[in-house]
Amino acid sequence: MSKTLDDLDSKQAPLADQARLGIGWLSAGLAAVLVAALVSVASGPVGIPFDRVALEVLGRLPLINLDSGLTDSQQAIVWELRAPRMVLGLLVGALLAGSGAAYQGVFRNPLADPFLLGIAAGAGLGATIAIVAGLGDGLGLIDPVPIAAFIGALLAVTTAGTLGMRRGAPMSTTTLILTGVAVASFFTAIQTFIQQRNAENLRQVFAWILGRLSTAGWDEVLLLLPYALVCGLGLVLSVGALDVLAVGDDEAASLGLRPQTVRRVVLVVASLGAAAAVSVSGLIGFVGLIIPHAVRLVAGVSHRRVIPLSFLFGGAFLALTDVAARTVQAPAELPIGVITAFIGAPFFLSILRRQTNS
Amino acid sequence: MNAGSRSTDPPLRGKRRGIKPLELAWSGITVDLGGNRVLDNVDLKVAGGTWLSLIGPNGAGKTTMIRALAGTISHAGTITLGTKDVAETHHRERAQQVAVVPQHPLIPSGIPTFDYVLLGRTPHQGMRFSASHNDRQIVHNVLTRLGLLNFMQRRVETLSGGERQRVVLARALAQQSPVLVLDEPTSFLDVGHQMDVLELIAELQIEEALTVVTTLHDLSVAGQFADQVAVLAEGRLVANGHPVDVVTPETIRTHWGVDAHTDIDERGGVTVTVKRRRTPDKEPLPKGRDMP
Repeated sequence: MSKTLDDLDSKQAPLADQARLGIGWLSAGLAAVLVAALVSVASGPVGIPFDRVALEVLGRLPLINLDSGLTDSQQAIVWELRAPRMVLGLLVGALLAGSGAAYQGVFRNPLADPFLLGIAAGAGLGATIAIVAGLGDGLGLIDPVPIAAFIGALLAVTTAGTLGMRRGAPMSTTTLILTGVAVASFFTAIQTFIQQRNAENLRQVFAWILGRLSTAGWDEVLLLLPYALVCGLGLVLSVGALDVLAVGDDEAASLGLRPQTVRRVVLVVASLGAAAAVSVSGLIGFVGLIIPHAVRLVAGVSHRRVIPLSFLFGGAFLALTDVAARTVQAPAELPIGVITAFIGAPFFLSILRRQTNS
Repeated sequence: MNAGSRSTDPPLRGKRRGIKPLELAWSGITVDLGGNRVLDNVDLKVAGGTWLSLIGPNGAGKTTMIRALAGTISHAGTITLGTKDVAETHHRERAQQVAVVPQHPLIPSGIPTFDYVLLGRTPHQGMRFSASHNDRQIVHNVLTRLGLLNFMQRRVETLSGGERQRVVLARALAQQSPVLVLDEPTSFLDVGHQMDVLELIAELQIEEALTVVTTLHDLSVAGQFADQVAVLAEGRLVANGHPVDVVTPETIRTHWGVDAHTDIDERGGVTVTVKRRRTPDKEPLPKGRDMP
């Protein structure tokens, strides 16, 4: 005897699936951001006690009146030097990790990462052109260098993305990555050519490429914020569509999705975020690879979890990496991209090997 | 509901739930791929709540017929679901009416069975594809019906071939579409699991008032399970009708180029035995001897 589908007990509570975020994971992500933020604000060459910093930050919250006992200059260090750098670290990390997760989703490729798709090379080219053209000294309110970097980044990732697809559908894992490598080399070649012909700007170009988190202030935060909001909101709204896209274009279409439209929209939104991030931070690789993978490993593969948690843990990760970058060799600073590459490159290789085996 | 009432109250218990069996038709379907005419002006009609099997040699256009129906290939001609031309329906509405089980489903790595089957609810969800309580309940019911509750938390890629086929079928059933399309549902399954899946589809066809469309290589399966068999050869419809009239030694000879023997059972099901055409010139080994 068989039961029909509606003979079945409909009162039994369906079990929890992994296709929703869940308050537990959300709290864990927010906690990570909070810890990273505090550690970041409390670390630096000038020793300021951790508890005082915590009090100072709490005291700035509305409705709370606390005296942290910090001197004026200590307050200035916390609010004018460390706080913007911390916020920028969080934003850049969140954007790189979130857009990495989105690229991996639309290309159905675990190795898709903004850095590997040539976004950094594109940004480098854009910035170099702007600096060489003498735009680096600022034109009033808007700094044109990050904008040029942003355009270059967008151009590179669009080129790699378009060439890495055939008839609108992604090609194999390695084809896309190799396309990214080729595009990156091409952009880097042009960038080096321009740079060598304008040796007087060499120092400025290198300073840009190595990243500007160290000199960043609230201006950079304000520059990045709109892109972060658009990218964050856009990607969080597409998590459901990304989950459907995971079954392949034909099947997604038979489930009522328009795969090409989804892919195009998500690519643009993710590229906006990633390009804006590198245009402010300089070249930081592998964050978009490490974080989404770690999240998938512990929280499951649904984008409803991967995207928001990549934002949160990516932000926390980069803020902490930045702390390491300025303390490991203190008082000298290590470029942050050196640390992420140091962790990320072996990580990339391990995924690549696992991918090739299966 | 017991087996007795099923046989005295046929067909279509799905009517009880307000499911109306949906008839469908391909009219003048022509598909060109890379300069080749894959389908050439095919007209074919299926009555609501019946099972159509598309058979034909490799490259005859069987899968293309399914892709045209699913809306994943561009074509000339019209496809009608009920009374509506699908070209005029929204792609989401089409997905509510036609559920597809592909031959090689792409299983996202790491996805748990429950979440995978939940994807079948996509055409019923809003722009953000959030699953409602009702969606989860339907998935739960489908998993119960298909005996997959114990696999709910298992990752789909860790299941055996037969289990995986049932999970993909579950996703299509969760779609609650009146038309169920299966592309070679039995490839890669051993004969036991083939029968499990086919008999399950046959039960669901009755229970849910489904119009079933399958492509099949196995002529005996088509002959025994389908209500209607259509033969495609080189993109054209060359025979169409009841299995007894279509699955015949003559048809098989003409289009597959092999000699076959058919048996018709008391229920009108046809089984096919294909005979070997050539034997090399060698001494046959004596029967009944001990094998080394």
